Amino acid sequence: MLDFFLGHYAYWFVIILMCVGLYGILFKKNLVKKTIGLAIFQVSVVLYFVSIASKWDATVPVRDSNISVEQVANYLNPLPHTLMLTAIVVGVATLGVAFTLLMAIYNRYGTLDEQELLEEIQ
Amino acid sequence: MIESHLPALIALTFVLFAILIPALGFWKPSTSQPLAVLGSGIASVLSLYGFISYLQTGSIRYFFGGWEPPVGIEFVYDGLSGFFILVINTVAFFVLIHSRHVARTEYPGKEMPYFALAMLALLGFNGMILTGDLFNLYVFLEISSLASYGLIAIGSRPAPFAAFRYLIIGTAGGTLYLLGVGFLYTVTGTLNIIDMAAMLPSFATDTSVVAALVFMVVGIGVKAALFPLHGWLPDSYTFASSSSTALIAPIGTKVAAYILFRIVFYLFGVELTDAVAPITTVIGVLAAIGILYGSIMAIAQTEMKRMLAYSSVSQIGYIIMGLSLANPLGFAGALLHVLNHAVMKACLFLVAGNLRMKEGHSDISKFDDSYRKKYPWTMASFSVAAISMVGLPPLAGFFSKWYLALGTIDNENWIFLAVILISSLLNAVYFFRILEKVYMMNPKKDQKSATDAKRNEVGFSMMFPTSVLAIALFVIGFANAAIVGILFNIFPM
Amino acid sequence: MRRQEESPIILLGSRLLSPYIMLFGLYVIFFGHYSPGGGFQGGTLLAASILLIRLSGGRRVSRLQIQEFATTPLAVIGVIIYFLTGLAAMATGGYFLDYEQLPFLAMEPGYMRYWGILIIEVGIGLAVMAILVMIYDNMIKGEDYA
Repeated sequence: MLDFFLGHYAYWFVIILMCVGLYGILFKKNLVKKTIGLAIFQVSVVLYFVSIASKWDATVPVRDSNISVEQVANYLNPLPHTLMLTAIVVGVATLGVAFTLLMAIYNRYGTLDEQELLEEIQ
Repeated sequence: MIESHLPALIALTFVLFAILIPALGFWKPSTSQPLAVLGSGIASVLSLYGFISYLQTGSIRYFFGGWEPPVGIEFVYDGLSGFFILVINTVAFFVLIHSRHVARTEYPGKEMPYFALAMLALLGFNGMILTGDLFNLYVFLEISSLASYGLIAIGSRPAPFAAFRYLIIGTAGGTLYLLGVGFLYTVTGTLNIIDMAAMLPSFATDTSVVAALVFMVVGIGVKAALFPLHGWLPDSYTFASSSSTALIAPIGTKVAAYILFRIVFYLFGVELTDAVAPITTVIGVLAAIGILYGSIMAIAQTEMKRMLAYSSVSQIGYIIMGLSLANPLGFAGALLHVLNHAVMKACLFLVAGNLRMKEGHSDISKFDDSYRKKYPWTMASFSVAAISMVGLPPLAGFFSKWYLALGTIDNENWIFLAVILISSLLNAVYFFRILEKVYMMNPKKDQKSATDAKRNEVGFSMMFPTSVLAIALFVIGFANAAIVGILFNIFPM
Repeated sequence: MRRQEESPIILLGSRLLSPYIMLFGLYVIFFGHYSPGGGFQGGTLLAASILLIRLSGGRRVSRLQIQEFATTPLAVIGVIIYFLTGLAAMATGGYFLDYEQLPFLAMEPGYMRYWGILIIEVGIGLAVMAILVMIYDNMIKGEDYA
């Protein structure tokens, strides 16, 4: 049992981070805090992908003259990192759009509180 | 020669025009709309050509960079993707023709960003449909979503708030989808859909496959506005400008439904999906609830765009229900409904745009019988689309519901059959009350309003797409046997 | 509470730091095709060096570096480099972005991929830099109507 918890410690961090992000999205009233929760939620998935690619005693996936290409165990799997690079780009773009929308909302209503905004729109 | 490049060319057309519009609009903003129309026109011609060549020679696989599938990214042009591409590009072409005047009056000076975003959104939708790689699908999903948030934020005063709420829930859904892809990747070690489909049966009992399927369906369900996840849709469609709504409403949710089709029928296969988790049953029940909920909420609305938005929630339920039936009749009915609903909803939202343009509102309670004098063609198109939504023959809407009903009978699923019939009645309630207001004489007032009204029809660039879409409903209705024949051949089993 | 005055210390520090960040960004772009790095990372570093000046120097100083209106054309040029490279490979009979088929590089296939990726990385780096600066500019400008 203890092995199960300790052996998967990276995943527990991911789960905790994901719960923090979900809490921010669901329960925070301020829209900026909601956006921060969203960013944390995305980062947790990024960390999950990075953690599945980790490998002990392995090097970066660039051909090394000391290690032959056939020794696959000595090279990291680059694919999850590459995917997450793209996911980070997506996250940056999402945050950019989110903050631009927040500025538009603030300019129009002068508040970023969800409850006040909902009352104003009704 | 050109056939083998078609999948890439369709997507690259939108890339090219997404560059050209800012580049030329930088000096001359008035070039943006013709360029956007040209881009989507080229794409729809290419997709028509591609669909014909698919019917003759079979599916096309395109390997980007020359890397073969398990390693590289591929685009797959098969029957399902070809059909969806054809539908969305053609509808987008007509909607973009319509946006010319709307763009000038509703957001003057913002034509260049608007049409560049529209091209990016269409790029995302086309890419989502064509790609054969699960992670690439996520990237295109986010491209289309980010562009959609921008398109929705261009609109009335509360539009940015509606767009922001869509952004929060949409990005959370996209992230859940990505997590599901991660689970599948850890189990199978591949991201290619065809490659993974061959491997998945041997991992069917793995719990992470179950979790992956659930995460992916929930994540895509947000985008498809599947019943309990539809909360973003009514506000977004109501507050966005007429042109954005007309562009996103017929296309956006359909593409998400396409991904559900791809996951359930092609990636997992129906038997495996049901062996892994009772997904088809659950989404079928949710779709049935969504159909009734959307129709009832639509009756309660007084604003035409909001009514149409709730109607969208209901109509997407039909498509998902056809998916959950998992038999050829349900599949063909769902795909035919994708086509019909895209055309009908585009037509109805264009009518709402026409009314907003001339009257400044689209409030149903203010409609009266003078409208039939003022806007004869707009109202005629509206009647055609509304009657098609209700599902009366010989209009297109009847036939998709007919095949869906046959599919439910085939599965002996009488509750779903009852839902389809009740929902048709509810559709009749909320569309015929508008037709009654417009075409029946108002007995309480004197009839001055109708006789004094002058003809005040919208311009040709707005009238043309609206009436073409209305006529298309007749054409699809008469050609339904041929279309369904093709759709039966697409069915993967 | 907001004070609108320039601080010479911050400006000097940024001016000292900015060229090195930019140099490192260029290094990351130009060595991205055979070591960790690449167009996006390098472009982000270039954007960071520009944004540092924008944040510390204000509008007057930043206008000397890259004008606000120049970002859109730069991004377009970056994407066009990417697009034309891919299309050139397609025109000579290969798949889109198939560097082995590039017409203007007559070399062994391995080297063609090497140089082809470099061209792509330069385009991506330019586009990413311009777009990140554009996002910043548009956000400080805000909406032009209420």
